Amino acid sequence: MKQIQDFQVTECAQIGPNYALLRLRPLHGTMPHIEPGQFVQVDVPNSKTTYLRRPISVNYADTRELWLLVRRAGDGTNALCNLAEGTRLNLLLPLGHGFTTNIQGRALLVGGGVGIAPLRMLGRRLLAMGAEVHFLLGARTSADVLQLDLFRQTAETHVATEDGSLGHHGLVTQHPVLQEEWNHIACCGPMPMMKALAAIARERDINCEVSLENVMACGLGACLCCVEDTVDAGNVCVCQEGPVFNIKRLKW
Amino acid sequence: MVDLSVKIGQMCLKNPVMTASGTYGFGEEYAELVDLSRLGGIIVKGTTLEPRQGNPYPRMVETPSGMLNAVGLQNKGVDYLAEHIYPRIKDIDTALVVNVSGRTIEDYVGVCERLKDLDRIAAVEINISCPNVKQGGMSWGTTTTGCESVVSACRRAWNRTMIVKLTPNVTDITEIALAAEAAGADSVSLVNTFLSMAIDVERRRPYLSTITGGLSGAAIRPIAVRMVWQVAQAVKVPVIGLGGIMNGRDVVEFLLAGAKAVQIGTANFIDPQVTIKAIDFLQDYMQRHGMSSLEELTLLHNS
Repeated sequence: MKQIQDFQVTECAQIGPNYALLRLRPLHGTMPHIEPGQFVQVDVPNSKTTYLRRPISVNYADTRELWLLVRRAGDGTNALCNLAEGTRLNLLLPLGHGFTTNIQGRALLVGGGVGIAPLRMLGRRLLAMGAEVHFLLGARTSADVLQLDLFRQTAETHVATEDGSLGHHGLVTQHPVLQEEWNHIACCGPMPMMKALAAIARERDINCEVSLENVMACGLGACLCCVEDTVDAGNVCVCQEGPVFNIKRLKW
Repeated sequence: MVDLSVKIGQMCLKNPVMTASGTYGFGEEYAELVDLSRLGGIIVKGTTLEPRQGNPYPRMVETPSGMLNAVGLQNKGVDYLAEHIYPRIKDIDTALVVNVSGRTIEDYVGVCERLKDLDRIAAVEINISCPNVKQGGMSWGTTTTGCESVVSACRRAWNRTMIVKLTPNVTDITEIALAAEAAGADSVSLVNTFLSMAIDVERRRPYLSTITGGLSGAAIRPIAVRMVWQVAQAVKVPVIGLGGIMNGRDVVEFLLAGAKAVQIGTANFIDPQVTIKAIDFLQDYMQRHGMSSLEELTLLHNS
């Protein structure tokens, strides 16, 4: 059930110059249940130029706390990355439909940049469901490979960096691990990366889900701003029917 | 207890706070977050005779204290509304209003005809003000003759309450309001969004697929208040005010400007519970100022 809830920032840890990890606890009430791939809409304090809420993917959630991994992309996310401990943060949550979790066989979870945010939660769930899970993390440089230790603790983790500073030198789509047999690919990252991966998955007939981040206003399926054109239903709201879509539905 | 009820045409509202079309879906999108029965009314998404896919993505960009949208009346058509959505929302205990749009006069009339079967629809809001469609929409609302022809045709097809939603993208909005009134409107609602444009300077492209879009949000409020004030002095029918209302204070501001009721739109995206908070604020405001009915809420003039 969707709710509006006040949280408190218990930690705002800087990860290099471009990212921060926000750890939040509910001020009142209990933590809502959050599925891997769902997101929250954050009312951003301390930013004169930010009017709408910011949709942020959930990085981790348990019964007591919630993590948001945020990239400094503009004024709104910048303000979020600068929040002081103890700040009250108003969230609308949980939103959207996350990744499919009843996966059998070998699953490759591919993240690009801050797009890795929802994948560890998903990986943990898939492992619990009995799937074999590998992570493939792509980034510009080693400094943009986020939460690598946490991923390594969870499952076998492969890395590709564009400058070759860590792991495979090149794009995730060029990583040798992709050549192995996979039953399922889940992907979250920049649009060109997701499109390239979707093309590979199509060609090799691998079931593939991607998480979209279309610009959105309400997050509730009311304003019809964040639409994605689908094969079966035309324009549908990413916030409501997504953010995760099977590539079969997309006109990519 | 303060009486917040108002009458718009034949339609009775339990309070003057409604939700603006296109920002609230069909109400059900907010049902988990809001007690919908507390609302004065819900104005559902713009509905056309045939289904419409709307404009291509991207359709929205945030701007200072506001946002531009270019949704372009995406909806599944009036038949789908009648068959699938109406049964789900008809028992919500609030005034239900359908925003009606079209390309041709026949489109508008066709939607009104189809809505007649739906007993719980208390009113239509004739949308001659959508800035995001190539044909129809706002083009009907920028001339007195266009306005009059759509409104009089709808009047013949619809005998319940008829509101006409006006565009601010005109030289003199009072002329259009008077034309709507003369053609049989029971009420006018204003303002729809302001035709606007925003450019991504790094990419050197407009943000919206349609280049231009409609500006809503707090940024437009003072202009909307001025227009409501002008129109309220010009027409006899009740005026419904909207445009950048963010809270209860802003509701009172529109009521003081001469509106009999208001609609809250974009603010629902920021705080889905803003409507309820605004109704509570209004109740409290009236008590604080020793007023027992909305008729006492009038603008004082600087001496």
